[in-house]
Amino acid sequence: MRLTLLNVIVAVVLAIAFAALNAAYLVWAERRGAARIQRRPGPNINGPFGLLQPPLDGIKLMAKQLTIPGGADKIMFITAPVLAMFPAIMSFVTIPFSDSIVAKNMSVGVLMIFAFASMGSMSLLFAGWSSRNKYSMMSSVRAVSQAVAYEIPMLITAITVVMIAGSTDLMEIVHQQSRSFLHWNIFPLLGNSHNILMPFSFLIFFICTLAETNRAPFDLGEAESELVAGFHTEYGSMGFGLFFMGEYANIVIGSCMTTILFLGGWGCPFGLFPGVWWFILKLYLLIATFIWIRWTFPRTTIYGLLNLSWKILIPLSLFNLLFTAGLIKVF
Amino acid sequence: MNSPILLQPDETFILNVGPQHPATHGVLRVKMEMNGEYIVNAETVIGYIHRMHEKMGELKTYPQFLMNLSRMDYLGALGYSHGHVLLVEKASGIVVPERAEYIRAIMVELNRVASHLFWFGAFVMDLGGFSPLMYALQDREHILDMLESVTGSRLTYCYFRFGGLCNDVDDNFIKAARQFIPRMRKSMKKYHKLVTGNIIFRKRLEGIAPLSKEMCRKYGASSAVARGSGINFDVRKNEPYSVYPEFDFDVPVYHECDSLARYMVRMDEIEQSLRIVEQGLDKLPGGPIMPDKKPKLIKPPVGDYYQAVETARGSFGIRLVSDGGKNPYRLKLRSPTYSNMHLFDEACQGMMIMDALAFMGSLDLVIPEIDR
Amino acid sequence: MICEKIQLTLSSLFPESAPLPPEPESAGDEKDKKAKSPLPPRQDGLMEREYLVHGYHLDAQVSPAQLVTAVTMLDEAEFFIESITGVDWIKDNQLEVVYDFSRYDFDLCRVVIRTRIDRKSPVVPTITNIYPGANWHERETHDFFGIKFAGHPHLIPLLLPEDADFHPLLKDFKA
Repeated sequence: MRLTLLNVIVAVVLAIAFAALNAAYLVWAERRGAARIQRRPGPNINGPFGLLQPPLDGIKLMAKQLTIPGGADKIMFITAPVLAMFPAIMSFVTIPFSDSIVAKNMSVGVLMIFAFASMGSMSLLFAGWSSRNKYSMMSSVRAVSQAVAYEIPMLITAITVVMIAGSTDLMEIVHQQSRSFLHWNIFPLLGNSHNILMPFSFLIFFICTLAETNRAPFDLGEAESELVAGFHTEYGSMGFGLFFMGEYANIVIGSCMTTILFLGGWGCPFGLFPGVWWFILKLYLLIATFIWIRWTFPRTTIYGLLNLSWKILIPLSLFNLLFTAGLIKVF
Repeated sequence: MNSPILLQPDETFILNVGPQHPATHGVLRVKMEMNGEYIVNAETVIGYIHRMHEKMGELKTYPQFLMNLSRMDYLGALGYSHGHVLLVEKASGIVVPERAEYIRAIMVELNRVASHLFWFGAFVMDLGGFSPLMYALQDREHILDMLESVTGSRLTYCYFRFGGLCNDVDDNFIKAARQFIPRMRKSMKKYHKLVTGNIIFRKRLEGIAPLSKEMCRKYGASSAVARGSGINFDVRKNEPYSVYPEFDFDVPVYHECDSLARYMVRMDEIEQSLRIVEQGLDKLPGGPIMPDKKPKLIKPPVGDYYQAVETARGSFGIRLVSDGGKNPYRLKLRSPTYSNMHLFDEACQGMMIMDALAFMGSLDLVIPEIDR
Repeated sequence: MICEKIQLTLSSLFPESAPLPPEPESAGDEKDKKAKSPLPPRQDGLMEREYLVHGYHLDAQVSPAQLVTAVTMLDEAEFFIESITGVDWIKDNQLEVVYDFSRYDFDLCRVVIRTRIDRKSPVVPTITNIYPGANWHERETHDFFGIKFAGHPHLIPLLLPEDADFHPLLKDFKA
């Protein structure tokens, strides 16, 4: 691919547009999905199927005043929502949707995405700390301990995949799984991964994605029955809107990564119609699972969450890493 | 998990949970002294929705006060009215026709199911699960429709009269109630599958907030709070009133003392209430719904009288001191959640805030009923 | 049966007086006459009440000094506290504090302990160190009647506003 400055700018703009559009319409999808699960209609007034709801919500949010609580740290308070959206958008730059649809492929794509993912928890910390609200502060402390706890097993699992692929290039990882669906990393014994523990790796990665994106049942940062609204208690207007969109953008990133690392990216299961739609299909199936989980499960406790990570997921993923390393050495 | 903690005096901060807070379901405030996520001390502040029903009781005549009782507890209103009418009937010697008593029992039990359903949904919502609330409300809606068709209102009923009822049930109601029972049983299976068996749900409640028998006694706890702690206490059984001795039903008692036990007690109570409704519909005798002879003016003789009933929230007591006039001299309302909530302060010490709020949910609070 | 037992225990509080005749103001045929003629304030003593009429079994009126002893007796017999409330007997210039106790087991026995105090200086000892659950009930009674519970750890308004200096259930209260 020929890279010019113009190309990069167009690609970045497209990435932003994709992220923003996704974030907006995932809100709609979530509300409709939740409504279907709960046997009620959901937003259906504005436009066909309520499809105009997200832009109208956006206009409403933008028209509101952004209030900054007295005594709050102004700079941090304003930076936080931007910081919530920015890393998510930047991550889109390096995600390959298909052979040709990628803004800027990098040989260290995995590392870059995880680096940006870590920045997400910074925004929660900033928001909670600067709001001068006890609920926000407790929430941000929770969010950071949660992020630290879940990045470790997530990274270890990602390293397992990188070891199998022998590359941190996302394109390369997908290419290695591209022969048939039996070669996807999630399926053991065939293809390039001989590790029978790979389904567990997938589960660990998926659980960590849930926790990293602060989604139910791990949405302790905004546990509304305890912490009112958590770190964004004091945010109104587009500050809140950005947090909201950032959350959904993060979900998209997490699902993209799961698709690429475990589900063969844009590779199609039966060799039919290869192309970007397979990627999109897998992506939205994962997102639908996110929504489904959210409206089914109650929330865990903070100690249950940390115990799960430190006592179960981290040992498991470490064992998995060693096991995979051994298998690669032997075969 | 809930380990005791060592504290330096300056390491705590005060967290005001309420008066407006999503977990308190009303205007209740708990002043919590926190050490991080742990509660060191808690002080419950109530009275934000205090309306002085007891003074109103003194200022109004007996029939005028009928409608106040349902304003106490807007979820299980009929149980409170039942206590009031039973008390005044007992004091002034009015004999209630059997049919009226049966209908009262059926209505109270339906109302109890509705109240428990709402509690179930709100409780799971406190734990972060939203969908069960919607399912529970849908089932509750059927009950409200039925009650509305007979009593004329959906929430704050004024249905009971001294001596009987203001309106007889019709065939439509009986048909609807008969259809509702199997439907509700099916829903209960669904709830148990969706919620009770959920591992996150169980982990959040098992072993949380153990309340000893002794503590329940010292605070006068009743309803599921007592029954979840292994106390077999239900006013309907211990101190039978109305036509309850005629019904065959069990009192669910759990000995685990934790939040899950309290949850299980209420879920089992729904089934027991359905059994009572079923038997009530089978046995429903004919006859009038108001007595032939009834004093024109209700004037209980001098003395003091006490009546306890089992409402959806526990043992509701009502004490009447009469001076023989047409207004009560003193009317004391003993609300069950008042006592149940009171033990929260002591029980939540050393708990994490998440567990404490889950525990608060398991107490089944209706704030207007605490504040009266 | 627990009722006889607790009756025996409580009667030890009133050694000199013979047991009061049951139902002195019973709902009999002469009730109209009684309602009009002012009754003298009741003397301390233990009474058995007709459960079916009054809804409780034992009715003990004790002096404020005996209150803690009486409540301790009930506590030892494993009664639970139902409620505490007051009654304003303005004609006798007295306030009455009423304590309701009941039992969790099937040995049904409702006991009412009452104590009468002067309306000018209403002070009774607290029972919060016997029943912690009496805390709110006593605070509420303090709110409504201005009765002071000596030794109560936290006697501030509970249901009334924090700065309330009125007692709405007193009969001479004007809104």
